[in-house]
Amino acid sequence: MKNWMKIGIGIWIAVVVAVGIAMPIGYIPGLGAKARIIFFHVPMSWLAVLAFFMSMWYGIAYLRKKDMKLDIKSAAAAELGFIFSILATVTGSIWAKFNWGSFWNWDPRETSIFVLLLIYGAYFSLRSALEVEERRATLSAVYSIVAFITVPFFVFIMPRMMTGLHPGEGSPAPIVNANGKMYMDANMRYVFYASLVGFSLLYVWLFQLRSKIGILTYQNHTEIE
Amino acid sequence: MRGAAAIFSKDLYSELRTRYALNSLVMFVVVTLSIILFSTAGETVSPSLSAGILWVIIFFAAMSGLSRCFVSEEERGTSMTLQLWVAPSSVLLGKLLFNSLLIYVLNALIVIAYMLTMPSFIVKSPLIFFLTIVVGSFGLSAASTFIAAIISKANSKGTLYPVLSFPILLPLLMSVIDATRLSVDGAALSEALGDFKIMFSYAVVVTTAAIVLFDFVWRD
Repeated sequence: MKNWMKIGIGIWIAVVVAVGIAMPIGYIPGLGAKARIIFFHVPMSWLAVLAFFMSMWYGIAYLRKKDMKLDIKSAAAAELGFIFSILATVTGSIWAKFNWGSFWNWDPRETSIFVLLLIYGAYFSLRSALEVEERRATLSAVYSIVAFITVPFFVFIMPRMMTGLHPGEGSPAPIVNANGKMYMDANMRYVFYASLVGFSLLYVWLFQLRSKIGILTYQNHTEIE
Repeated sequence: MRGAAAIFSKDLYSELRTRYALNSLVMFVVVTLSIILFSTAGETVSPSLSAGILWVIIFFAAMSGLSRCFVSEEERGTSMTLQLWVAPSSVLLGKLLFNSLLIYVLNALIVIAYMLTMPSFIVKSPLIFFLTIVVGSFGLSAASTFIAAIISKANSKGTLYPVLSFPILLPLLMSVIDATRLSVDGAALSEALGDFKIMFSYAVVVTTAAIVLFDFVWRD
């Protein structure tokens, strides 16, 4: 990634954060200014799921090509995804305390991010329990594929079976409703998309750094041997 | 298919000869059940809570017994022989059949013991309960047989097994617990239809994924 892009991402996110906090967002029933969390919390959970998908994607690529670099990328994507899912859980949990009255309510979305954290935890424990590199790469790729195919059960089926608390799942549906329509005013929508783009670019940058470090460490390690 | 049948009968014979898995699993169930009975002594356990506790016992019994099918092959050093003689998919199918049989026998024992000892657990819709046990146990055995194949190659197998299985099994566990609660509450069959759809699709999806991915796990 070029230097001007890194600086650009920094400025972009700084502007998004400042505007997201300071901009007038109009009246939203039941949420008020607390609706501003959408600028930060939703991109975090979006990246947590995207990173999980990328980890599986590189896992499949490893199974096809048996190239260790792909396994390193798969692990790097998972590491970043783990950080982002922790951030999504913490920001959401603090917000829930003020909006729903307790830090944790077992709402369907909370359940699914909890499972995502468990899957990441299991993925890393599996990796640390395997010493042979090729075997670690193969088995962790297989595990991430199996874990990924259970995701639709949480994302699409569970929220339809249980009543949720998240905005957009109850009957008032102030921001996003079940039909996928958004009731955000135009300014708010622009800031939301800008934030999504900014954090995704940040993720790409972090991912490139992390996988570069991983690949260099691996090459260094194999040269010594 | 003949290979799968051969693997199944091999496992069945060696199990019948030693009765190692079944003996230790029955003892495991007795121990778990008595802990639950001691800790709830004198309390009135609500019917819906008792439905959840039943699946806690089933989950941990499965976690303590089902990994043996692949772990014992690795420990005895016989997995190479199996790789030479039978196709990977036959190994998986044979082990899956054996584990399903094991978990059906085990669940029958657990359910009988649980109904006798837990006074608040009265099934009012037997059909829902029966279908839940039949479909749920198969899904449980499909997912845990495949995870057993993964962990048999790793260090610290015993602790890793529930850690890896739980996130995979959670959609199944949530729907079977919900269906069992409905059966205790005496719901109509149509009310549990959503849960059955999840259980059934889960079993199909996990079995298919296991068959597709087993080659990578088995030949490394």
